[in-house]
Amino acid sequence: MSASHDTTVLETPLHAAHVALGGRMVPFAGYAMPVQYPTGIIAEHQWTRAHAGLFDVSHMGQGFLVGPDHATVAAALETLVPADVLGLAPGRQRYSQFLSETGGILDDLMVSRPVGADGTLFLVVNASNKAADWAHLRAHLPASIALSTLDDRALLALQGPEAEAVMVGLGGNVADMVFMETRSITLAGLAVDVSRSGYTGEDGFEISVAANDAARLWGAILADERAKPIGLGARDSLRLEGGLCLHGHDIDPSSSPVEAGLLWSIQKRRRLDGGFPGADRIRREIAEGPSRLRVGLRLDGRQPARDGAEIATPDGTIVGRVTSGGFGPTVDGPVAMGWVDPAHAAPGTELAVLVRGRALPARVTALPFVPARFRR
Amino acid sequence: MKYFTKDHEWLVVDAGVATLGITAYAQEQLGDIVFVELPDPGKALAKGGEAAVVESVKAASEVFSPIDGEVIEANRRLTDDPGLVNLEPETDGWFVKIRPADGTDFSDLMDEEGYRAFVATL
Repeated sequence: MSASHDTTVLETPLHAAHVALGGRMVPFAGYAMPVQYPTGIIAEHQWTRAHAGLFDVSHMGQGFLVGPDHATVAAALETLVPADVLGLAPGRQRYSQFLSETGGILDDLMVSRPVGADGTLFLVVNASNKAADWAHLRAHLPASIALSTLDDRALLALQGPEAEAVMVGLGGNVADMVFMETRSITLAGLAVDVSRSGYTGEDGFEISVAANDAARLWGAILADERAKPIGLGARDSLRLEGGLCLHGHDIDPSSSPVEAGLLWSIQKRRRLDGGFPGADRIRREIAEGPSRLRVGLRLDGRQPARDGAEIATPDGTIVGRVTSGGFGPTVDGPVAMGWVDPAHAAPGTELAVLVRGRALPARVTALPFVPARFRR
Repeated sequence: MKYFTKDHEWLVVDAGVATLGITAYAQEQLGDIVFVELPDPGKALAKGGEAAVVESVKAASEVFSPIDGEVIEANRRLTDDPGLVNLEPETDGWFVKIRPADGTDFSDLMDEEGYRAFVATL
């Protein structure tokens, strides 16, 4: 528990704020991050679903790709990701993946096209992969496109049904934004870039702000009693109930977007034309079906199953493995995601998860476990 | 007499029965407890071996038996209400009652003062 004193662990611009709030700081992806505050993970999870939860996600990587024009920058990024970047309208955001030559997911990311900055794309990547992602981009992008990583920016997420009202209360012009829309606004008197997206399954916003302004913005948001600070523990339980992948667990360099049920993030033109790493595998999997599928599992009883637990048929044949699992506070029971053989992937299929020598009955369940409440 | 371990278990020995649980410090560190896996009565426990498993929202953690002995009773209230471990870790949130093996030596366990001093170093 002394991680926050370890000089090799980085701190976000909000470190002092977390400590002042009683956050329990743990090392995560090289940063000291709050896993929870004194109220605890379940209360934080429930608060986010009912009101507005404020998360510090400044450990994530933020970067701009800048080139001569949108078509040039989009075409370059499209050589690394399977999303239609060219067709991304100004002020819109898309989810995608950096793929390996064999179609495996090196990382997943958000790509947005800022308004009024032709030739610029804004990327948000996972903390644990950001150094590798930036190196990957620099190694593959043409010289005409520059990557500038924003180590002087913090990233906050405000998630939940009251997130919009809190933003509007701070002067944020966001009420007419829809899911996956991005905009530069003034919030609590500070210049910020927001997207209407997140990692909880709730409506909400991610807010990129200058590191020097982060503590002021954090304090201004928490001055609204509808918003409370939420740690990484509840972030994980919220995204698990939301059926959202965690890279390094549910998806990794061995898994393709088709196996992971992320085909929706590969738009039609890219499926037809290819031109991204691993396109052969992905088009083959689209045509013939993948060899495994990511599914949701709802376990009977109260006992959670964790990452790595084997998934079996009721007669004991191993057909898969759990990649994320825990207790879902909104579901009020144990939930998991994992890989299974496609023959056992249909919702309603009865399976079992093996935990410490016992077979816990489980059922394949359509994801998400908790209906998404995005502002479409 | 109440004893403690460096793994944050407590053990109260009274009239030949040892009651095992986890300390207030341990439940605080674990956070919200959502499931407790308990042994059946009659199960033999080995010193340092697993006596129970406690699942928080985040992770599963083993509870070790500080002594050799046999399970007499498991706290079935924890099956329906695992959060009792968070609320009353050192009273109603006990895990198992153990009949200590003959000749059990408690002298390598800490007393309350020793445990408090140990926690202060963490």
